[in-house]
Amino acid sequence: MISIKNLHASVDGKAILKGINLEVKAGEIHAIMGPNGSGKSTLSSVLAGKEDYEVTEGEVVFNGKDLLEMAPEDRAREGLFLAFQYPVEIPGVSNINFLKTALNEKRAYQGLEPIEAKDFLTLVKEKQKLVELDGKLANRSVNEGFSGGEKKRNEIFQMAMLQPTLAILDETDSGLDIDALRVVANGVNTLKTDANAYIVITHYQRLLDHIVPNFVHILYNGRIVKSGGKELALELEAKGYDEIKKEFDIINA
Amino acid sequence: MLAEKTNTAQQIMDRLSHFAGKVDFMSDATLTESLRCLENLGLPTNKHEDYKYCNLDVILKREFKNIEAPIEKTMDLSKFKLEDTITLVMLNGQFNETLSDKTVLKGLHISAFSNLQTHEKNKLHSLSETNTDAFVALNTAFSGSGFFMRIEKNISLQIPIHILYISNSSTETLANPRNFIHVEAGASATVIEHFVSIENSKTFTNFLSEKLIEPNARLTAYTIQDGGKQSYAVHTNQVQVNRDGHYDNTTITLSGQTVRNNHNVVLAGTNGQAHLYGLFKINDTQLVDNHTLMDHQVPHCESNELYKGIIDGKSTGVFNGKIFVRKDAQKTNAYQSSKNILLSDDATINTKPQLEIYADDVKCSHGTSTGKIDEQALFYLNARGIGKESGTRLLLQAFMGEVTNQLEVDSLKHLVEQRLVYLND
Repeated sequence: MISIKNLHASVDGKAILKGINLEVKAGEIHAIMGPNGSGKSTLSSVLAGKEDYEVTEGEVVFNGKDLLEMAPEDRAREGLFLAFQYPVEIPGVSNINFLKTALNEKRAYQGLEPIEAKDFLTLVKEKQKLVELDGKLANRSVNEGFSGGEKKRNEIFQMAMLQPTLAILDETDSGLDIDALRVVANGVNTLKTDANAYIVITHYQRLLDHIVPNFVHILYNGRIVKSGGKELALELEAKGYDEIKKEFDIINA
Repeated sequence: MLAEKTNTAQQIMDRLSHFAGKVDFMSDATLTESLRCLENLGLPTNKHEDYKYCNLDVILKREFKNIEAPIEKTMDLSKFKLEDTITLVMLNGQFNETLSDKTVLKGLHISAFSNLQTHEKNKLHSLSETNTDAFVALNTAFSGSGFFMRIEKNISLQIPIHILYISNSSTETLANPRNFIHVEAGASATVIEHFVSIENSKTFTNFLSEKLIEPNARLTAYTIQDGGKQSYAVHTNQVQVNRDGHYDNTTITLSGQTVRNNHNVVLAGTNGQAHLYGLFKINDTQLVDNHTLMDHQVPHCESNELYKGIIDGKSTGVFNGKIFVRKDAQKTNAYQSSKNILLSDDATINTKPQLEIYADDVKCSHGTSTGKIDEQALFYLNARGIGKESGTRLLLQAFMGEVTNQLEVDSLKHLVEQRLVYLND
């Protein structure tokens, strides 16, 4: 699905990612955990194609194509989805119009006709239920005036509508109460198939109780310093990040 | 402060002088006075503070002639017409009754200036001043036959009146269209003033509208400026709102090489309200200059202004909003905001709020913002598969929506939104 090799990236000349290697196959869920400032969000931004980041070394192959060569919109049309840590409010653009445009641009890219209005509405209704999103929110401006929980649910709703092959969930649990976390996780789990994959970026272990990963990676100082199964997350939760930091700061010293 | 009198202004006067005195609906005294004022004032250049950013030289240097348009009996107006409205036609500055709809609406009276009763003739010119404004003087001296619209006391017009101001000329033409809209006490109406041209006519339109809103009356006016690439325009609206009266205007500039709007509102009766909205989307070397004057003369009035511009290419936008709160106008609420998006490095916006407040118990505020397309928002759209072009279009539509949503006539809103999408593409 995606193969990241020796990925280096910097922002304003400061190196943040210092050689990431990661292989994600269809059907897998990978969790990336790490302390603040370790480069978690930079990784998701670089994969989604945010311009502020400069890739200085390495390669990313996504479904057989060079991801880093593609414009952000083409990455999305190829099946990459980033659930934003801080979804952007866009006053004046209705959620519905936004989603219809997104869906139809993806379809045009795939050589398909625009979706029929009726089919679109059916799809909206079906997917809204999945994340228990109030129908009224769909007609409002994108994320405008949404609560933190509503914004995150809206991200998963968009994911359900666009049906990506690889979804990166960037701290989707931040700002969620327990009930909202359950709803979001249910949505994510329902959408999981053998043909798609998730990269779940999180600071805390609690999300991984709901979305159970096949692999857990610890990101520290721009590198994946440790990988393991889901038990690694529990170990991390018990020890705390300081333990990890100490361990690797000694190695690096 | 008098503007410098220019040679070009003098030339215009010379060229037009044989038309003066033919305007039979103005008294001789008014005509003589306006000619004298025009001569004294001269037409303003950009040395005049109020016209600092608005270079009208380009207009004045051209050979605009005041032609007496042939009275067209037939003309295909279908592409300009709006569903569910009543159409009135002003052709090259002259009211054209033949082309106008003859629908009779209870309480609506429309007559050409030449058919007015004396007491109505006396109303003309009662709201505007020739001795300080050269364009008002020019219009007064040379205007063709406009129309007087009166909405009878306590009548609420259910159908919007669509006034088409059409330029149709293959030569450079000066048109001085004019009207007076009188909304009597307790009455209400919606008018759409729609400026268009046939085959991109080269016209300088010097428009003057006087609007009188009597106690407890309401006027919603939409101004759509779409005179084409070779059009030049100075539009003056002189509005008076009396006690408990309500005036709403939305001015949308769709085309025009140089467009100057002088929107002057006098809040003359307590509890009066005025809301002005403006939107322009320009490119190339276009210039759109919105000047507003909100004159709070009495207590307990409210005014609100929002002007938005999208400025591309080497074009220039101007917003100058003056709020004048007189000594007696306590408890005034006055707000003003100008928001702009610059789409190119060569695009310019000049905004200037001017608050002159002589009362001490008032709420007045103004704000201005100028920026580029929101990169965060655009990336969010891109990340969902929406390309740069359609993403930008969505964001601009959203930006404009705050103004276009003011258009409460569906056919008009549809027309304007369609035009805005494909403008400058």
